[in-house]
Amino acid sequence: MSAEAGSSCDGKIVQLEDARKIYQMGTQAVNALAGVTLSFKRGSFWAIMGPSGSGKSTMMNVLGCLDHLTSGRYILEGQDVSTLDDDSLSELRLRLFGFIFQSFNLIPQLTVQRNIELPLYYLGWDAHRSAERAKELAEEVGLGERLDHHPTELSGGQMQRVAIARALANEPEIIFADEPTGNLDTATGEQILRLLVELNEQGKTIIMVTHESHIASHAGHSLHMLDGRVERVEGDG
Amino acid sequence: MRQAKVIRNIALGIENLLLHKLRSFLTMLGIVFGVGSVIAMLSVGEGASKEALDQIRKLGSNNIIVSAIKSIDDEAASTTHSHMSIYGLTYEDHIRVVESFGTIRQTAPVKLIRKEGRLGERALELRIVGTTAEWFELVRRPILAGRVLLDSDVEDNLPVAVLTEFGARKLLAAESTIGQSLRIGGDYFEVVGIVKSESGQAGNIQVPDEQIDVYIPISVARTYFGDIMVRMTAGTREREMVELHQMIVQVGSIDDVEPTAKGIEDMLERFHKKKDYLVSVPLALLRQAEATKRTFNIVLGSIAGISLLVGGIGIMNIMLASVTERTQEIGIRRAIGAKRRQIVSQFLIETVVLSIVGGLIGIGLGVLVPFLVTYFAGMATVITVSSIVLPLVISFAVGIVFGLYPAVRAAKVDPIVALRHE
Repeated sequence: MSAEAGSSCDGKIVQLEDARKIYQMGTQAVNALAGVTLSFKRGSFWAIMGPSGSGKSTMMNVLGCLDHLTSGRYILEGQDVSTLDDDSLSELRLRLFGFIFQSFNLIPQLTVQRNIELPLYYLGWDAHRSAERAKELAEEVGLGERLDHHPTELSGGQMQRVAIARALANEPEIIFADEPTGNLDTATGEQILRLLVELNEQGKTIIMVTHESHIASHAGHSLHMLDGRVERVEGDG
Repeated sequence: MRQAKVIRNIALGIENLLLHKLRSFLTMLGIVFGVGSVIAMLSVGEGASKEALDQIRKLGSNNIIVSAIKSIDDEAASTTHSHMSIYGLTYEDHIRVVESFGTIRQTAPVKLIRKEGRLGERALELRIVGTTAEWFELVRRPILAGRVLLDSDVEDNLPVAVLTEFGARKLLAAESTIGQSLRIGGDYFEVVGIVKSESGQAGNIQVPDEQIDVYIPISVARTYFGDIMVRMTAGTREREMVELHQMIVQVGSIDDVEPTAKGIEDMLERFHKKKDYLVSVPLALLRQAEATKRTFNIVLGSIAGISLLVGGIGIMNIMLASVTERTQEIGIRRAIGAKRRQIVSQFLIETVVLSIVGGLIGIGLGVLVPFLVTYFAGMATVITVSSIVLPLVISFAVGIVFGLYPAVRAAKVDPIVALRHE
């Protein structure tokens, strides 16, 4: 994937240039992102921190191609994606990203296997290959025996493992983790974090939003946000 | 490859619908009953009108039927002892009609008499139908054995009789009976043939066939039995004098039917003091019946349309609720990379599957109901191919039309909002 992206040779997978996002809340304009410039290297592990309302969620949505910038540029793997249409952004998410959420966001009606297969379905894989890949991934996260269970029959930690397996199904370049341990007890949270660290060690770029510094400490780098601006950066960007 | 994908999408749609079996079933009910009632109504309606139209057609579209009717005055007076009701068509009428209208191709006068018949050991109350050879051409009856009446029978006053199937069975007559003697009243008739009886009830325009009919030459009926009939009913003697009970007139072309009928009506009016005749035209009845059928179909169509509309709205309602309920699912799918049109097709497929499955169940129901109606009520029902195909096409269309809005709503779900939706 990286071979086809022209300017990725400088190692920057994600770049923002004077990124602004303005929400209209009633009559009031909220500057969720007020001119952010940054770049993340391929294979890095970033924690985006900040109090609620600081713009860290907006940052995540923009980087995850779930939201458009009001102005500024977002360069992903050397390609300006700020002006792409909805279908193209969907395609980018499908091929490059994996998402992990605080509330796991599994589809409760579907079995573990079907949940993991979801990205493969949209990638157009056939049923047989998808099933094999889902099994592999479930085994990787230690849930090989639970393929036919429904998410509701699993513990929080197990659900988050399913979500990670799903996020990995399309072999993404970047994994976005939005408060991945927020709904888990400390011990389970630690396990999930270790899993993320492992994935980072395997070369995945990880961008994690959290407001707890001990969680952020697992990441190599952290970005502190306040009022839509980058307040400070720790670690080498 | 593309086909495989479509099949997979449909399979996943079905899988998802099966997750909510009860809800899916209830959602389908509107369509089930909509389609079911369309088919049931159409088949019962089609059956009823086909029966009516068939009966009228059997009378012949080129035919005019003139029948004797007892006037109301006579009906009242006949309870008194000495009264004799004289009514109906006369031999004169018949001759006048034949001579006056050049448009007429052939006619058949009919005279009815009730008498007991005896064949060997068996006796049966018969209705004697005195008529001519033409009658068998105008009112076609399949010959089961022997022959029907001939012109020569009438001209030569031959005492011959043609039995109907039922009468023949009652009298134990068979093919071997041809040539034997049937005693009617005090006279002997040679049985020359057996015809199939047709129990039609086309209103009262034609003297309906009775199962105990026996056909003899009209000339013989007149000379042997006369024109006065005496009937014993509940202790009173009812005397009637009727020369002809009916006249079937066939004209050469369909365009002549109505003018000739009008002419006959006018002529009879001149010669009869009271209205003891009725001129009926199967063609007019046919037209009327066809018009009625059209109206009927429009009414049924509207009812069916409304019920399918209600079914469609029901589906839309549930699908909208389902979209709201599955907002989070939609958000997840969108975040993972599903395009808007993939969400649209996911929901659309579910709706179309629901409405088509509902349509198929409805067809089952719609075919069962006419079957039960026929079985228990004895009414004729006709299920046509179009009465099955049409509702199926409509239910597919309902699925598309009423599924589109919820599906588009689903695709408009903002993944950011949806993912925070709890």
